[in-house]
Amino acid sequence: MTDDPLSVPYRERERSVTMEPMGADDDLHEELFTLNIGPHHPATHGVLRLLTTLEGEVVRDIKPIIGYVHTGIEKSCEDQQYWKVITFVERMDYLAYYFNASAYCMSVEKLLEIEVPDRAQYLRVIHMELNRIASHLFALATGALDLGAITMLWWGCRDRDLVLDLFEMSSGQRMHPRYIQIGGVFEDIPPGWVEKTRKFLKLMPTRLDQYEDLLDRNEIWLERLKGTGVISQERALELGVTGPLLRATGHPWDLRKAMPYSCYEQFDFDVPVGHHGDNYDRFKVRMDEMRQSIRIVEQALDGLPEGDHITTDRKVALPPRHELATSMEALIHHFKLVTEGFRVPPGEAYTAIESPRGELGCYVLADGSAKPARVHMRDPSFVNLMSLPDMARDSLIADFIACVAMLDPILGGVDR
Amino acid sequence: MEVTRTPVEPDASALRVRGLKAQQMLRGELAGKDLEEFVQERLLFTQFETAQNWARKNAIFPLGFGLACCAIEMITVIGSPRNDLARFGAEAIRFTPRQADLLILSGRVSIKMAPIIRRLYDQMLEPKWVIAMGACSSSAGMFNNYAVVQGADKFLPVDVYVPGCPPRPEALIYGIMKLQDKIMGKPDMGWRERYQAHGTEEEVEHSATSGHARVEAERRHETAGPEAPRR
Amino acid sequence: MRPRGRKPRGGNSKLPDATGLELIAQRIRTSLGDEAVTGTTYYREQATVDVAPEAVHDALEYLSRADEEPWTRLSSLHGVDYLPEEPRLGVHYQLLSMERCDRLNLRTRVGADDAHLPTVIDLFPTADFQEREVYDMFGVVFDGHPDLRRILLPEDYTGYPQRRDFPMGGEPVLFTFNEHKYPRWYD
Repeated sequence: MTDDPLSVPYRERERSVTMEPMGADDDLHEELFTLNIGPHHPATHGVLRLLTTLEGEVVRDIKPIIGYVHTGIEKSCEDQQYWKVITFVERMDYLAYYFNASAYCMSVEKLLEIEVPDRAQYLRVIHMELNRIASHLFALATGALDLGAITMLWWGCRDRDLVLDLFEMSSGQRMHPRYIQIGGVFEDIPPGWVEKTRKFLKLMPTRLDQYEDLLDRNEIWLERLKGTGVISQERALELGVTGPLLRATGHPWDLRKAMPYSCYEQFDFDVPVGHHGDNYDRFKVRMDEMRQSIRIVEQALDGLPEGDHITTDRKVALPPRHELATSMEALIHHFKLVTEGFRVPPGEAYTAIESPRGELGCYVLADGSAKPARVHMRDPSFVNLMSLPDMARDSLIADFIACVAMLDPILGGVDR
Repeated sequence: MEVTRTPVEPDASALRVRGLKAQQMLRGELAGKDLEEFVQERLLFTQFETAQNWARKNAIFPLGFGLACCAIEMITVIGSPRNDLARFGAEAIRFTPRQADLLILSGRVSIKMAPIIRRLYDQMLEPKWVIAMGACSSSAGMFNNYAVVQGADKFLPVDVYVPGCPPRPEALIYGIMKLQDKIMGKPDMGWRERYQAHGTEEEVEHSATSGHARVEAERRHETAGPEAPRR
Repeated sequence: MRPRGRKPRGGNSKLPDATGLELIAQRIRTSLGDEAVTGTTYYREQATVDVAPEAVHDALEYLSRADEEPWTRLSSLHGVDYLPEEPRLGVHYQLLSMERCDRLNLRTRVGADDAHLPTVIDLFPTADFQEREVYDMFGVVFDGHPDLRRILLPEDYTGYPQRRDFPMGGEPVLFTFNEHKYPRWYD
């Protein structure tokens, strides 16, 4: 039996908010109805289970139940060398893989106190912003699919394929490319990549205009999104909500501007902010963020400095292959790094970056060995999910589906 | 079954003759040798199972089910115009298991999700197939830990395994085509032979280890709900 | 610990430096008593205040409401297992001040046998899911939490996986030297 001090059978805890009959009529017996939505349901983004308490069609309460994709990534990371952890950590928020890797690498670089070369920082920014565009496109595509605008799914996936082509060209894999490494990036970009990216950047604004033409003037879209899922700014801040959801309520908090990292202070871009905190503002904020990301990538490509793509500290980064034939020290470093990995002096660090969903923080505890003692990711979707009951209370089921669609939770990050 | 296709003659008069003949056929005016000729030109003989399998393989209804990162690539296969599944007739995604044929396990199967997937699989009607997409559902991938079921074939019979992390959309399409070949061949080959199963319940041999094995089968039946008695 | 040259780029250089951290710790001591703060750490430009477990709620209330430079947002609440150091389980409260763009970390340590901490959900509603996760993974009970039950693992799971002495689980990887020990289903 469990020695849990708080063992109450969970079915008791998950009962309806109240089962009392409502209404004084004798012939009419009403009560609140508990409906279990998920974990397998067409309108959820991943395996999210929602216990909704309904009064007719109106939602009175929601309890999100998560954990259906819990993979024990944080526990697995404690058994891997530092550079192997990157593959695990990438698969948490599986639409924003460069951000996961980047947050973790920045934490470890802070612990090691190594300098990341400028070219690597610019390449990181370019890839992260392209990933932001891809993530917002996919969020828009599946969000529109939930609301019935299926054309957006085809278009969003089509353009996301173009971004994934760029990723494949630079690193060899479409998703989870392990491109961002500790100390820089894995490889320099191949010739022709910059031209292909510029072609994509020239194409993208027209595509975004097409999406706005399709959706933004559609009566059904506007009716479903405007005024639904409203959350006030104070409540959002209390709940720790960050990212496009917070910016939709009017608060211009963006970690790229407030606490800049990785050369973001050198780029000139705006932070789109909404007014009302409803679903329509979230949609607009994401559309505008894509345009700003295009601006950032253009500036980064224009100003891409020459230099190393990874730190020259051989104790942390693998030496280039051609050195292995001539230099004994390079051979020894290569051997040590591949078999044991580098050791990190004891300490802990927390780094937060702005992922497409909000503040993504990574906490790394090092104990002096070659494996981290604790890796924890503060995932933005995990915290944003707490705002779902507030958003959806006293609204219809259809509005609450729009809330989930625009909340954009990624259950891999929620459950880790 | 050999299907030979001959190109349509671009000759306009032959087309008109065929059109007239079809008109006569519909009116019932053809008789005797004309009728026999007409029918022979348009009929092909095959086994019923072959025709049934051919129809089944070209109209697979996948269950709309996505777990983790592989689900993104699966949605890309279904939704992206570049690699799309509609070419193979499998575009009709049904979200209710009662109407679906194919369960694509895209993503890591955690211990909390496993009984739910088993229940979904049991709710699907025969014939049904399972594709384990990606490394995590085939064999837990890189997650050799407490929270992930080490391979979906621990609780589900799997027909096709598609490796990759995540597999490219082309790889998934290749896996679906392999499944189509399997359906066209002998659909009940593979796991059914291995487990000597009929339908989806498992035959348990009464042997020295039967106590343990029966407990395992019983536990599976618990999550599966009431079903046909074990043979 | 070898210094590697210049300060790494990135991160915020306006974080409270060592003296600012000492002042904050001193202010907490003045308002709550000397045993509240057990230490301060300033490492890699990140400030950490160690507090005693009983004083966590009061310290956070002071820092978020009463201090002259308040820290109004809780970014992250996470747990750490410091095995083999005692007390074993640590809980970190990562505070954020949006006005000053600063971060401050508050840390407590509790032993594994009697891991109780006061909940901070009344100060920061964002602690709801995060405290449940710390309970789920480490077994730290937060007194006063309205709905403390497992969040990521199945409800009837026993054990606290993220603790360092919990086994990793999974299957043994089969090599030629051990494959005969683990029969597979077709053997």
